[in-house]
Amino acid sequence: MIELHNVHKQFDQRTVLHGVTLELQPHEVVCLLGTSGSGKSTLLRCINLLDRIDQGDIIFQGQSLLDDRIDVDLVRRHIGIVFQAFNLFPHLNVLDNITLGPQRALGRPKHEVESEARELLGRIGLGTRSGDYPDQLSGGQQQRVAIARALAMQPDVLLLDEVTSALDPTLVGEVLDLLSDLALQGTTMLIATHEMQFARDVAHRVALLDAGRLVEVAPAQQFFDSPSQPETVDFLSRVPKTQ
Amino acid sequence: MAPGGRAVREFFLSPTHAWRAFIGDPSEGLSAIWEGFLTNIWMFIVCEVLVLIFGLAIAVVRMSSSPILTPLRFLSTVYTDFFRGIPVILVLFAVGYGVPGMDLGWISQQSPTVYACISLTITYSAYVAEVYRAGINSVATNQLVAARAIGLRQGATMRYVVLPQAVRNVIPPLLNDFISLQKDTALVSTLGIVDATQAAHIYGSLNFNFAGYTVASLLFLLLTIPMTRLTDRLINRDRVKRLAFIS
Repeated sequence: MIELHNVHKQFDQRTVLHGVTLELQPHEVVCLLGTSGSGKSTLLRCINLLDRIDQGDIIFQGQSLLDDRIDVDLVRRHIGIVFQAFNLFPHLNVLDNITLGPQRALGRPKHEVESEARELLGRIGLGTRSGDYPDQLSGGQQQRVAIARALAMQPDVLLLDEVTSALDPTLVGEVLDLLSDLALQGTTMLIATHEMQFARDVAHRVALLDAGRLVEVAPAQQFFDSPSQPETVDFLSRVPKTQ
Repeated sequence: MAPGGRAVREFFLSPTHAWRAFIGDPSEGLSAIWEGFLTNIWMFIVCEVLVLIFGLAIAVVRMSSSPILTPLRFLSTVYTDFFRGIPVILVLFAVGYGVPGMDLGWISQQSPTVYACISLTITYSAYVAEVYRAGINSVATNQLVAARAIGLRQGATMRYVVLPQAVRNVIPPLLNDFISLQKDTALVSTLGIVDATQAAHIYGSLNFNFAGYTVASLLFLLLTIPMTRLTDRLINRDRVKRLAFIS
């Protein structure tokens, strides 16, 4: 689905990604761990072409995303991304937040996208809130709407950038539950997160990013129970235990 | 009271003169101020609509990043710099006396009212474009990122995500500019158009009494005060909203 080959990214003089190589299979869920500043967000933004990489290659469905002839907007319609800060459109109600993309980017008819959006809202447990505005929702609800907004584009892969980090601890659960459901339904996801237990339960594979280098990629259980790299051992020793 | 107080009172506040100036007297060649004021009102309405449209177009061009629009972007920058820097009254003279003098067929044969509207529109479009531009700048970058992330193209992002938020943010300053525009319609009298100011002026010179100016001022206040109050209300509402957001 997505292949990252030796991806480098610099901001001014600071190198944020030092040659990251990673492959994401269809229906696979990969969790990306790492301390703040390790490059997780940058990696996701590069895949979505919100940031341009300086070296290496990103292959999406057999095609290089660095090709100049590629239509960036078209690629983004296939790669959904959800941000830590939700970034919902404050002037649109919940339903319009979700339908804006399908309607204005894909040019699909209003009645069709609206009925799909209502169904999506039902699935995320917000069926009755379609007319509300983002500032009338809790953080957890807003983040679920943001996920629904990304899903409404029917992307081939969903990138999630620390989607629970800005939430009140009591609201984290509802968002993680939604992601678990999506994983069960076979959604391909690359999830940057600090939620260890969630990573262990939901991810097929877990990767650790340390100062811009991917130090270990392993199946979830192996990653947590018998990490092979000293950086991973060190990282896991500094976070709360999972089981 | 000032030594000349009584004379001034008679000059500016005489009820008889004020009433006569207000209703006019065709037999003596006196235009009614109320009738002149209707000219101010409709000019202001026509100009306001045009200004909203042109101002927005100029701002959007100026904020666009498309390379095709580079020459236009340069032009719009020059335009706003130029017309924000020239007093309205000079633009009125330039257009109102210059264009008819150029002998350009129908372009030079319009009524002074048309030239007045054009002058006010080009001047105020420059101001309003800057207000819109500030509004566009005030929309958070993460909104742009979110819009692009769902695959919206630049134009659609501007239209559906940036502009609705930008306009909402600048409604109070826009209304402020409109209050100025309402008042500046008085300047069209310099082109010989009989608006409220000109009617008052005619009355004053024929009767040696300035009560007409007072009448015209009151009429302008009648128009601008509700607008001022509305602007204040909107500013206050925004403030309350922001405070609620902080707490």
